[in-house]
Amino acid sequence: MTNPYVPILILGGVALVLALGGLGASAIIGPKRYNRAKLDAYECGIEPTPHAVGGGRFPIKYYLVAMTFIVFDIEVVFLYQWAVNFSELALFGFVATMLFLVVITVPYLYEWRRGGFEWA
Amino acid sequence: MSYAAPHIGWLQIAPLAIVLGTGLVGVLVEAFVPRRARRTTQLVLVFAALVAALLLIVAQWRDTMASGGVSLFGGSYLLDGPALAIQGTLVVLSILAVAVFADRTSVGQDAFAPAAAAVPGSDYEELARRKGLEQTEVYPLAMFGLGGMLLIVAAGDLLTLFVALEALSMPLYVLTGLARRRRLLSQEASLKYLLLGSFASALLLFGAALLYGFSGSLHLGEIAAATGTIAGLEGLLLGGMTLLLIGLFFKVGAVPFHAWTPDVYVGAPTPVTGFMAATTKIAAFGAMVRVVYVVGPSLQWDLEPMLWTVAILTMVVGTVVALVQTDVKRMLAYSSIAHAGFVLVGVLAFSTEGIASVLFYLVVYGLATIGAFAVVTLVRQTRTGAEGTVILGEATHLAQWAGLGRRSPWLAGALSLFLLSFAGIPLTAGFAGKFTVFTAAADGGAVPLVVVGVIASAAAVFFYVRLIVLMYFTPEREEEGEEGVTVVTSSGFTTVVIAVAAIGTVLLGVLPGPLLELLGQAVKFLP
Repeated sequence: MTNPYVPILILGGVALVLALGGLGASAIIGPKRYNRAKLDAYECGIEPTPHAVGGGRFPIKYYLVAMTFIVFDIEVVFLYQWAVNFSELALFGFVATMLFLVVITVPYLYEWRRGGFEWA
Repeated sequence: MSYAAPHIGWLQIAPLAIVLGTGLVGVLVEAFVPRRARRTTQLVLVFAALVAALLLIVAQWRDTMASGGVSLFGGSYLLDGPALAIQGTLVVLSILAVAVFADRTSVGQDAFAPAAAAVPGSDYEELARRKGLEQTEVYPLAMFGLGGMLLIVAAGDLLTLFVALEALSMPLYVLTGLARRRRLLSQEASLKYLLLGSFASALLLFGAALLYGFSGSLHLGEIAAATGTIAGLEGLLLGGMTLLLIGLFFKVGAVPFHAWTPDVYVGAPTPVTGFMAATTKIAAFGAMVRVVYVVGPSLQWDLEPMLWTVAILTMVVGTVVALVQTDVKRMLAYSSIAHAGFVLVGVLAFSTEGIASVLFYLVVYGLATIGAFAVVTLVRQTRTGAEGTVILGEATHLAQWAGLGRRSPWLAGALSLFLLSFAGIPLTAGFAGKFTVFTAAADGGAVPLVVVGVIASAAAVFFYVRLIVLMYFTPEREEEGEEGVTVVTSSGFTTVVIAVAAIGTVLLGVLPGPLLELLGQAVKFLP
């Protein structure tokens, strides 16, 4: 009988080999043709932002959308539990969830009134 | 399987609900109330809510002390004596701190950036300043932060503790970055605080996971019970406790987890510095005392080496580094680190006297801290140019404070009082605080700690008194060209805060008895 943690150790080893192996293999056998886009700093899906020189204004719509999405996302995560247990949680669960929805709506009202959704 | 709705003690959660609810309403105010009326609306809301919360806390004091408190939400919210006492302290100090937020002084500007989203030095920032915009979101942010603090001191399980810790930290990260002057420094402080704070939160969470692995429960009481019944998993238990405490050490700024403190205290707008130096530390100590006293007793011998080391390091490093500071805010930051060490000495008494002394010390420390930082907000730099004398940001360099006692005797007198209280000179509240803490610790067998504490206090007198000597006995610096220093007049709020803090400091110094007796009732933790 081996120690029950041995499989976890093996899994960790495999993960390490995969991670280092991937990096190593691409460093050794990967083509090295650089162009401007490749050398740019990576900023998840948008143009790398300029530095704050000469006013340095940059659009923040991307961040607004990202944050809005994340909050809706989390909201749904919580709603799923409630939906599955709707009848067991009864009135208490209903009121609690409605309160949660109200609380989570407040920031959207703020965002809306402050022009967060005006992307023209 | 049937689900039973938890019992909700509406009266017991009312102060917390009011504070958080006001934060939410404050956000709606920002959304729907016309710009001109926002500040007034926010102020009315915030002060009404804080006073209501305080009254509700006072109203349930007697019942809570008599019954020992109640356990709500299945033990996640434990409103016992210490929790209620610290909640009361937090609300009182928040009233004072938020009043400093509201002060526009004779310059007509508050301490916050007119448009926090503007890039520092940009045209938009200049436009916002000229239009006289104000970032009144600071009030809801302060309320959310206070809500987290009220929750953390009553948190009965590690998950609630973590959520409360995040709820109190997040608004502070934002508030730190909102300074009107020296905005880059302020934003740098905000980022540092966020990064190090997240790191500490992660450690705390890791500790919670280990403790769950040890005991199969997140409730502090059940973890404490498991220490007596489960054998052979001490590694998980001690590792978990250590990481949990490190997370809290970080929030109170104990050495070696203090590195963020000076930069953040200096970079943050001074009213915010006062708010977080006082309330965050108190809230984190509230949580720490609960953890140490509920789970700790059976581990006292295992945890003591670490706790003692941290306490001694905190007192020594805080004091020694404060000696060489040349910036008032930075000096006060290191002094607050040293004070965290003194409170830790009280925590390590491991007795009910220890709890009472910690509660008392926190009140005393909070009053003097908010008072001292409120004074700092009023001493300003000036520059004389072609268009006359312009009043700039705070004059925080020590040399700029020379001769202040002659120009503004009241202000310098109040600051001297707070400094003497920090130093622990008799007849100020600080003396009563240090005396009770050291007595409790000595009775609890922590004599070496008390010796270090007394030596550190004696050394600390030097830098507090140095500032007093500078204000009263050093001639004013010659005006060098166009740079100067002036004292602006408060628009009322800060004056009241300084007066209240000063009166409280004297009163608690001369007559500490009644408050000590009151807090002496509030020393029993619910398991």
